[in-house]
Amino acid sequence: MLMKSFRKKYPPNFVIGAVITVVMLLLILMSFFYTPYDITKMDSASKLAAPSFRHLMGCDNFGRDIFSRVLKGMENTFVIAFLTVVIGTAGGVLIGAFTGYFGGWLDEVLMRIIDVVFAFPSILLALVFVSIFGTGRYNVVAALGVAFIPSFARIVRSEFIKYREMDYVKSAQLAGVGRLRIIFVHILPNTFTVLMSSIMIGFNNAVLAEAGMSYLGIGVQPPDASLGSMLSESQTYLFSAPWYAVFPGLMIILLVLGFSLLADGIKA
Amino acid sequence: MKYGLKKFVTMLITILCISFLVYLAFDVIPGDAALAALGTDVEPERLAALREEMGLNRPFLERYFDWLLSFVTGDFGTSYKYNLPVADMIVSKLPVTVIMALISFIIMTAVSLPVGIYTAKHSGGRIDRVITVVNQIMMSVPHFFMGIIITYVFGMVFKLFTPGGFVSYETDIAGFLSYIIFPCIAIALPKIAMSVKLLRGSCVGEAKKDYVRTAYSKGNNTNKVLYRHVLKNAMIPVITLWGMMLADMLVGSIVIEQVFNIPGIGRILLTSISYRDYPVVEAIIVLIAFVVVVTNFCVDIIYGIIDPRINVGAE
Repeated sequence: MLMKSFRKKYPPNFVIGAVITVVMLLLILMSFFYTPYDITKMDSASKLAAPSFRHLMGCDNFGRDIFSRVLKGMENTFVIAFLTVVIGTAGGVLIGAFTGYFGGWLDEVLMRIIDVVFAFPSILLALVFVSIFGTGRYNVVAALGVAFIPSFARIVRSEFIKYREMDYVKSAQLAGVGRLRIIFVHILPNTFTVLMSSIMIGFNNAVLAEAGMSYLGIGVQPPDASLGSMLSESQTYLFSAPWYAVFPGLMIILLVLGFSLLADGIKA
Repeated sequence: MKYGLKKFVTMLITILCISFLVYLAFDVIPGDAALAALGTDVEPERLAALREEMGLNRPFLERYFDWLLSFVTGDFGTSYKYNLPVADMIVSKLPVTVIMALISFIIMTAVSLPVGIYTAKHSGGRIDRVITVVNQIMMSVPHFFMGIIITYVFGMVFKLFTPGGFVSYETDIAGFLSYIIFPCIAIALPKIAMSVKLLRGSCVGEAKKDYVRTAYSKGNNTNKVLYRHVLKNAMIPVITLWGMMLADMLVGSIVIEQVFNIPGIGRILLTSISYRDYPVVEAIIVLIAFVVVVTNFCVDIIYGIIDPRINVGAE
């Protein structure tokens, strides 16, 4: 009885997504305080060791524990993706809200600029940033954050265009409510559902982009761990130690899969 | 016609903006061509003289238009590192990247169209549910990890190709294609998942509309309704997605080239970034952005052809 109503309320996709996401978040949370081994500690005796109870995911070419490094890498990826989405959302909401609400020449000009940035592939923008400011995680965050602004701005703008014509907004205007208050207090909360699902999609894109950039060696720098750079290193030992590639890759997939299942569930 | 013209002008303005921003971005970095040519420990007088000679003292806008003009005529400047014309360095590598993007695109459309239509037609069925799950997982795999999996499975276990054994198309076309097909599959797989999902959803959404019921009541069977009525409308969002994907694939091949050890545009771009060889970086980025913008323009035009409402709306 209880099970049945639970199933009706939450579709299986949503439940699976929630379980994966919660487990991943707990692992990430744990990595802030504890990893089984020091992520930079090398042990020549266990170079490329296979997974065992001592080393759950085996060891890399320096004998470092892959499980610990995967945990730390997930933490780095999560933090970078999170900050990226924060910058993208904040910028996107501000631009989208003002252009959508006021329209006019401001809208025209800003939207053309947004179109230009949107036409520019995010990885390319990140490469420009890196070649100018150098490699490193904060440059990646800045670059991806800016690259993510246009998609949020477009969504928020179209929502604001829809709401600004509504009666409740009109009556608020007549009642003399300030513009800023109408924008942020009266309209913005209504865009929350739409915004939420694009935030989750954005988060996934940020995870994939970060992984791609650290794979290319322009994200988080060694000896710090990142899933992308582990994958890049693992390729040399793909034949003798395939697990070195499997686990970091699997973690990226789970991180993204969990979030996209959740996002689908929220939309439905 | 008016619609096409408007889009064309927008395209030109976008390209101009991008080239300006990229030129500006690389102009504000400390260090210029003269410094790169002479090295850092040179007397200031010689540096100043060379700057004068290379025309680096002129105002920014003048230099920009000069650069733009020579860019349009195919002169992309000279590499700091190799002292070669950038155009020569790029031209020999560009075909590899472009061919890879095109093959991936063909694979994507060829697979996702029938699979998408099939799942839409049998939505709710067992095969549809399996494909939906597979899709969901595929979409979560970064394409470079897909490349690593493909290297392991097809290169190391089944030995269908030699990982790292890239053959240039100039020496052996067949060898080139049989190597390049694997990175192309790696690029295409996640995109196939996305477009199958969109096409399925779009078809199922269209099938609920009134005109579909009308078409049925006029005595059409499922296939006729699907191919003559539903698909025409359902394809519109899919074509937009495909346009974005083509651009994505071009950029995505920068990463995949590293996985499969392919000497394409991505390789030069990354090495040039690490050597701070700005003219090369600048040229490649503007060139890729140019291709992306032109692709978007073509999508807009195709869009206007298949959906005449858009043409009307713009006038």
